[in-house]
Formats: sequence, structure tokens, C-alpha cells
Amino acid sequence: MNLHEYQAKELFRRYGMPVPNSVVATTAAEAKAACDSLNGSKLVVKAQVHAGGRGKAGGVKLVDTPEEVRQFAGELIGKNLVTFQTDANGQPVHKVLVEETCEIASELYLGAVIDRASQRVVIMASTEGGMEIEKVAEETPEKILKAAVNPLVGVMPYQCRELAFGLGLKGDQIKQFSKLLTGLGKLFVAEDLALVEINPLVITGAGDLLCLDGKINIDGNALYRHPDLVEMRDTTQEDERELRASEWDLNYVALDGTIGCMVNGAGLAMATMDIVKLHGSSPANFLDVGGTATKERVAEALKIILSDGNVKGILVNIFGGIVRCDLIAEGIIAAVGEVGIEVPVVVRLEGNNADKGAELLNNSGLNLIAANDLTDAANKIVAAVGE
Amino acid sequence: MSVLVNKDTKVICQGFTGKQGTFHSEQAIAYGTQMVGGVTPGKGGSEHLGLPVFNTVRDAVESTAANASVIYVPAPFCKDSIIEAAESGIELIVCITEGIPTLDMLQAKLVVEANGARLIGPNCPGIITPDECKIGIMPGHIHQPGKVGIVSRSGTLTYECVKQTSDPGYGQSTCIGIGGDPIPGTSFIDALSLFQNDPQTEAILMVGEIGGSAEEEAAEFIQSNVTKPVVSYIAGVTAPKGKRMGHAGAIIAGGKGTAADKFAALEKAGVYTVRSPAELGAGVTAATGW
Repeated sequence: MNLHEYQAKELFRRYGMPVPNSVVATTAAEAKAACDSLNGSKLVVKAQVHAGGRGKAGGVKLVDTPEEVRQFAGELIGKNLVTFQTDANGQPVHKVLVEETCEIASELYLGAVIDRASQRVVIMASTEGGMEIEKVAEETPEKILKAAVNPLVGVMPYQCRELAFGLGLKGDQIKQFSKLLTGLGKLFVAEDLALVEINPLVITGAGDLLCLDGKINIDGNALYRHPDLVEMRDTTQEDERELRASEWDLNYVALDGTIGCMVNGAGLAMATMDIVKLHGSSPANFLDVGGTATKERVAEALKIILSDGNVKGILVNIFGGIVRCDLIAEGIIAAVGEVGIEVPVVVRLEGNNADKGAELLNNSGLNLIAANDLTDAANKIVAAVGE
Repeated sequence: MSVLVNKDTKVICQGFTGKQGTFHSEQAIAYGTQMVGGVTPGKGGSEHLGLPVFNTVRDAVESTAANASVIYVPAPFCKDSIIEAAESGIELIVCITEGIPTLDMLQAKLVVEANGARLIGPNCPGIITPDECKIGIMPGHIHQPGKVGIVSRSGTLTYECVKQTSDPGYGQSTCIGIGGDPIPGTSFIDALSLFQNDPQTEAILMVGEIGGSAEEEAAEFIQSNVTKPVVSYIAGVTAPKGKRMGHAGAIIAGGKGTAADKFAALEKAGVYTVRSPAELGAGVTAATGW
């Protein structure tokens, strides 16, 4: 689950990490009123969306007067912001952050992720702040300093010092950095983060450290123990169909092809997409219907697939496992009957009683085509949609 | 031979009397797995499916000499269950449960390693040595004893491998589902090393998917350590960047972990790769000359 910048900064504050004073606003009037509690001759107004690249896309502006704050906030709120990280429709802006500015001496990068290779939380720091960190990692990997955190003890003071010296920090900055990184380590574990990024972490004109931006991704599997973080979820930033699918515990990801796919198991679902492509067409979605392909879940899955207007045919691929295929076939027939499907549906069932399941499908009187194996299924659906 | 489990493996079930634990323990018993009991705190002393129920894993190990445990408890309690098994002397811990917080796994894995135990999973179908021992949720009847070692991150794709190696009569030595999470207890390298040292295994079928770099690391290992033929397929050629494809571990992040990268690494290591999930069995035939 992703957080907005303003939510990330709330968490930073809670863990003693320095952030600029700011106020979040949902209307232009609120944004203007926020100026009363903020200091400095210049303020910055930042669109709150779940996407990077806001600055270049016109979602961030330096302003001089409360009236300018009102005007710019008014332009942003209620609009969609299109950045290089969003799709063509962009992400809706419902809130802006109005924030104090500071003189910037230099920009650093600080982040932490769960690294699979080392099986540790790994902290990354770089003097190349403000840039896209993937690009830095690719072109000048030596400019990214790393520290792996032992899960039993957390971030150690020596690691803070090591990184601080590596970044060329001096005097009180080393103390400030150690406090900040210790806080970040505690935040990561206590709030079950999957990723945190501060880009840029700036050294101000006065020589102090300040977290100017914040990006946080929370481990979705751990949300059950963080009711306060669940409250922070902004579903307006998520894909409508993916959201609906998640309410039914279905894993759905929209793609841009024409063959809708419904599969049990994430790996087999990806493999099914791949085989559709190999046979000359392209998948409209990823959909893992999970271990229990009951009538209700299959019906809901079909409805979600069909809500995509590009879908010209559906490929159902179920490896039955322990559940009998004739039972799955009955569920599919009932669901297809209920939803009322006009496009061809090819069904490949494998496992116990697969023959009986295929017979039921072929005799259902519905537009259902049974397939014997994966290749047969892919051939049949590609032929049926005539591509 | 086979690896990790056989007819002598004594298995207990944590979460024994729950719905999942009950259903899959019944299936395991019917398959012939040597189930020796189960654990449900508070129900110790009772009987379930004709087997003794214990309050703690320690009690179960002392009474039954169990050396393997399968975990079906809900995700919030899995860290505790895995650590309880490891610290009670269980050698092989198989965790089927999906949805365990990643930070829980980082800690649990350290404890498992410190106790010299092996963890398979979480978020996996389990492990099976055909006709000897089935620990997990896979359909037993599609397997047959034989000579292909199978290791996969995905459950239903493992079944696909099994079917395609049973149909031509090759059979399987052991099938290990290592699971779709970012921090798996057993890695491809662990499984490859076990299969390489197992006389029954004559060829290895390895199925990966997008995300992480486990397949690339496996490729390096194969190049210098595996002499048996290895056949591989990677799911997710058509997966978009930055989208999590069901499994917590299946995501192309920062342009890393694409199927193309993994295929390239495996081919460089001399692995026979197939581009279609329908050609897993045919790939084994081609790579071995059977």
C-alpha cells in the first residue's frame, strides 16, 4: 500500500525525522488559510498523488503570496495529474501540501528496502539526491552507499556513522544523520514498511538536514496489525477494477490486450498470459481466482474481466488440484449463465475428473469451448476471436 | 533416494484441528504420508483423525519423534509457529500459509537457520516424494515415482510440471514448491544442490517467475555446480513493470527481475529453456535425450 507524501512526512515526524513545516489542504481556500501558520517569503504547493515525477508534470510550484497559493491549489485540486509514472489519464488530485521552503546547499538520497538477495533491510544513501535513483544505480553504482540491517538488532550507530562519513557529512550533521537514520530504521520495522525513500534529503543553507520529500510503501500482508495505516489508504489513487477485484480476494491486473484470462494460481496465470502472446494474441489481464474457484468468485471474476471493453474472448485455465473438475465446471457454467456472456469462452480444466468436466462444458448449451491442454486452449481462444 | 522427505519422514501438523489442517491432513494420511499427530494449543490430549493432538510442538516431538511439521495456521501466527517448530527440534518445516508479513519472515528465517532446521515456503504448495510422503496441498494422484526433480515458485505451475513429466512416464524424484514470497525458506540453489546430490534424480525441472534475482543466482550456481540436465521456464514475459502479479515476490521493480533477464542468465549457464508452459515435459525430453 502506497502513502501520499504528506502521510509519509507525518510518519517521519512521529519518528523524530526532520521535515519542513507544512499543512495539507483539500480546497483552494484551505490552502490559502494554511499560509497563516507557515513562515518564510516563499512557499511550495505540491499535488498529492501516488506517482513520482510531479515536478516536471506541473504538480509542484514555488509561490510568493497566499493568493498565489489559492490560485495554484485551485488549479490542481479536482484535476488529474499526468506524470511519466502514471497512465494517460493520470492520477486525481484531491489534496495539496502547502509547505515552507528553505535554502538548499546540497541534495542527498536516503532510502531503505527489503533486499531479497541478502535477506535484510538494506539502507541506501547517495550524494546524488534529487535524481532518479535507478539511474544512479545503473550508471554510477559506486555512488550508492549501502548498509544491511541485522533484523535482530536493527540499525546500529556505527552504520549511521559509516554512511554519514561516506556522504561527506561534517560536525553536527553526523549527529543529525545518526538520529534521522535511527528513526528511519525504527519506522521501517514498527510500521512494516516495504520501501521508504527520502529524495531529496537536503542540507539546508544553515547546514541542517531536512527531509524534503517522502515516499512510503507498506507491506500489504502486515496491514492487519496497523489499523491506523489502513485509515491512510486512498482508494481514489488505485485502479477501479483492481480495487473491486481485491474486495473479492481476487488478484487482477489490467493489461491492454483482447483475451481475458481467468486462472487459479499466480504463476499459472502469468504462464497463461505468456502462452496467449506466444500464439499471436495478447492478454487483457492477469487474474488469479485463487484456490477455491466457487461459482460466486468465478461469476465476479468474469464480470470484472468483461468490464474491460477490449475483451473479445475469455480463456479460463484451472488446474483443479484436489477439487474435482466436474464441480469446477458446474461453477463455471452457472457463473457464465448468470453473467450472460456474449464473447467466446475457452475452458481448460485439468486434474480429477477432467473428462467429466469437459463433457459438462460442451453440453451446457452456452458459448463454452472445452480444451484439452494449454496449447489447445491457446489455439482455440485465438481462433475463436479471429485474430 | 529422493530428497528431504520419504516414507520414514514422521510428520506433525501445526493448526491440525482447523479447517485447512483437517482437510489436508486427511488427504496426506490417505496418500500414505506417515502423519504422527498434530498441534492445536488447548486441545492437547484429545484425538483428531485418529491421531494424538498436542498443546505444543515440543510435546509432539517428545511423544512421536516427529522430524517434520506442516504449518496451516493463519498468517499473523506463522512467525511464532515456525520459530516454535525450529526451537523444538523439527528438522523440516513446511509452511503453506500465504500472506505472512515480510519482516516476520526475516526474523523467523534467522531462527530457523540458527537451529539448523530447513524451512520450505511460506506461500507454497509443499513438498512431495511420490508414493512415499506428501506434505502440503498438492493433488497426490497426478504424481508418479521417477527421475525428474522439480522445483518451482508457483503452485499450479508445479502441478503443470508434474503432469507433463508423468504423462511420458518419467515421473518425479521429489517436487519442491519453494513459494512465491520475497523471503523463501528454501531457495532454488538449495533445491538444485539437493537434486544434484540425489542419485534418483536424473534431470531437474526449474520453474521461476518475474521478480527478484533468485533465478539469476541459480544460473550462476548451475554453471559451476550442477552436472545434471536442467530445464527451465520463467513465467511473466508479458507482465508489466511495477505491477505485483499475485505473488508478493512477483514484481518487476526498477526494471530488474524481468523474464528476459532470467532466460538470458539461464541460457548462458547451459540450461535448456522453454518459452511455453506447455513444453515443460517436451523440454525434459529434448534436454535428456530420453
